[in-house]
Amino acid sequence: MLLKRLTEAYGVSGDEGDIRDILKEELSGHADEVYTDALGNLFFRKGKGRGPKVMLAAHMDEIGLIVVGFEKSGLLRVHKVGGIDDRVLVSKPVVVGKNKVPGVIGAKAVHLQKPSERKKAIKIENLYIDLGVRSQDEAEKLVSLGDYVSLSAKTREAGDNCLIGKAFDDRVGCAILAELFKEDFDLDITAVFTVQEEVGLRGSGVAAYSIHPDVAIVVESTSASDVVGTKDASHVTTLGGGPAITLMDASYIAPQVIIDLFVQTAEKLGIPHQFRRLTTSGTDAGKIAQTHAGILTGLVSVPCRYIHSPASIININDVQNTSRLVKGVLNVIAEGGLTLETTTEKIK
Amino acid sequence: MWNKVQVSPKNWGLSDLDIKRFLKDICEAPGVSGYEHHVAKVIKAAFCQFCDEVRQDRLGNVVFYKKGTGESNRPRILLAAHMDEIGLMVTKVEEGGFLRFTAVGGIDPRTIVGQEVILYGKETLAGVIGAKPPHLTDDEERGKGHKIEDLHIDVGLPEDQVRKLAAPGTLAVIRRELIELAGNSIAAKALDDRAGIAVLLTCLDELERLQHSADVYAVATVQEEVGVRGAAVATYGVVPDIGIAVDVTHGEMPGVPEHDVSYIGKGPALTLGPNIHPKVGKELVRLAKEYRIPYQIEVTPGVTGTDARAIQVTRGGIATGLVSIPLRYMHTSVELLDLDDIKQAGRLLAHFIAAVDHEFVEGLPCY
Repeated sequence: MLLKRLTEAYGVSGDEGDIRDILKEELSGHADEVYTDALGNLFFRKGKGRGPKVMLAAHMDEIGLIVVGFEKSGLLRVHKVGGIDDRVLVSKPVVVGKNKVPGVIGAKAVHLQKPSERKKAIKIENLYIDLGVRSQDEAEKLVSLGDYVSLSAKTREAGDNCLIGKAFDDRVGCAILAELFKEDFDLDITAVFTVQEEVGLRGSGVAAYSIHPDVAIVVESTSASDVVGTKDASHVTTLGGGPAITLMDASYIAPQVIIDLFVQTAEKLGIPHQFRRLTTSGTDAGKIAQTHAGILTGLVSVPCRYIHSPASIININDVQNTSRLVKGVLNVIAEGGLTLETTTEKIK
Repeated sequence: MWNKVQVSPKNWGLSDLDIKRFLKDICEAPGVSGYEHHVAKVIKAAFCQFCDEVRQDRLGNVVFYKKGTGESNRPRILLAAHMDEIGLMVTKVEEGGFLRFTAVGGIDPRTIVGQEVILYGKETLAGVIGAKPPHLTDDEERGKGHKIEDLHIDVGLPEDQVRKLAAPGTLAVIRRELIELAGNSIAAKALDDRAGIAVLLTCLDELERLQHSADVYAVATVQEEVGVRGAAVATYGVVPDIGIAVDVTHGEMPGVPEHDVSYIGKGPALTLGPNIHPKVGKELVRLAKEYRIPYQIEVTPGVTGTDARAIQVTRGGIATGLVSIPLRYMHTSVELLDLDDIKQAGRLLAHFIAAVDHEFVEGLPCY
């Protein structure tokens, strides 16, 4: 399964090479043109050149860590890459660098903690990676400063049509777009797998600049907080509730034509859907929408519980329904169902 | 699932790979305190080839008996390593099918956030441990460690199914496959004290090639993590002359005073202090020197937090020793140690057993 392969692979922001390789292999022969840019964004283009030019985008990178120092004992000091709650790092396996050297993030034994210590969150300053070596020399033979560190986790089926794993944000978007790209649409399509979303939406803007599309669709993964102890109003999205359409987030406000396009397509095809019920946090959609003289951009996300942790949960129905919705939207665009013209009125 | 330890011919002994494979099998098997039956089965399968007899007592302790060569009135030596591990137990099914739980044994709730778990309900279920979502917490809250009541298990099933499959009382453990690290280092869950179980296996294997007049009772004990309960009844049942507990001890790491810890990869830690019979402690040190087995001394000023605590005060008092494997990150799911320390501890115990004779045993009550 492509999604399993993509999520189990390692690709911290700035180190997306392995994800690029999987996608290149998966889509080889399906594109008229494959290329990368100076930042590492990966583009696949195909199509008829008629009708509007469409950009599809999902980000390849995931949150992680980077090696910033060595202790004499051979332990590694790290900083965070992207937004991680320090508290999810404790007691987890990781891999370090190109050679995927295994390590663990330990914690002081509960027996050795003072009661006051136990009440505090363990901060990144007090966490380090243990490779099982006994000295800095040994550590430096295995890894180097600047090596990226990824949490490691398998992706497995669980519960009622769910998957447990890491990096669904946003490999699920990558998987959906890669599968859709193999299908035929009467459109000029460029699917771009972007870099560095998690460190400030760095890849998507330059990608949109070089493609200069008429319309862009971003497929993301977003928080589902429908868990015990939270009120309905703070759920953001509901797991199993279908694709989440964003009206507004910290970087982006959806144009009405785009909202209508997604909602009407979902209703016509009988696809369960929901709105994302939170307005904070930014996405590639915001960057893309503000490129050139403005690009019409849509954003739809797969709900994910415990996002940005190595044990997050998504629902397979949501993945399939998100894919169906994006496919439906592309067909509507291909049929001329989206008005792209900007208006100019002459004033005497 | 179980790979039987391959030993052929016996006089070559267990290889590093055998020990690693055995540890992988027992560490990945569930055995929360009071519910050790599953891991016990895996341990039995590997131990039986080295023993004359195996029996299980009413609490679930598994006693492996290896007969000595002495003609009569053979010294009796008990080796104890606990096979139970810390874990979680479901206390309530909440609306929406989320599970609340309590800890069995000493768990730092901060080490289980964002972990995968395996629930052993009516069916085996995969789940994750979730907490209140970050966007609903303020900075002050993020600075605090999670408490167990803030956490829940999510198995991705509707409430009615969860009620059927994972009722209160269902046990869960953190899912963790053994990780091979640099050199001879490994990390896993439950190395406390499956490492001790591996030491016992190594010792029994070593004894295949040594002459020992004493009878050996190697015991995989239960319920250590909830108050060294198994070792007490096991010792009562065996009635040994000498009892040696094999456990893990804190390995050196930042933020812990050096004199309180042992060093990973520098040999087993031999405990001295009131919990240890002075002659047993000294003999272990003497033999380590004689056979050039690396070792380190650990001084414990009172009772130890191991099976040795219970063994010493069983019946009319038992001469007790303690051999420990240095281990970092105790009671997390990434407990880390060096396999070489396990091998050396096994060797040392075998030489100790081979050296015990009547005279040594008769000298134990003489102060």
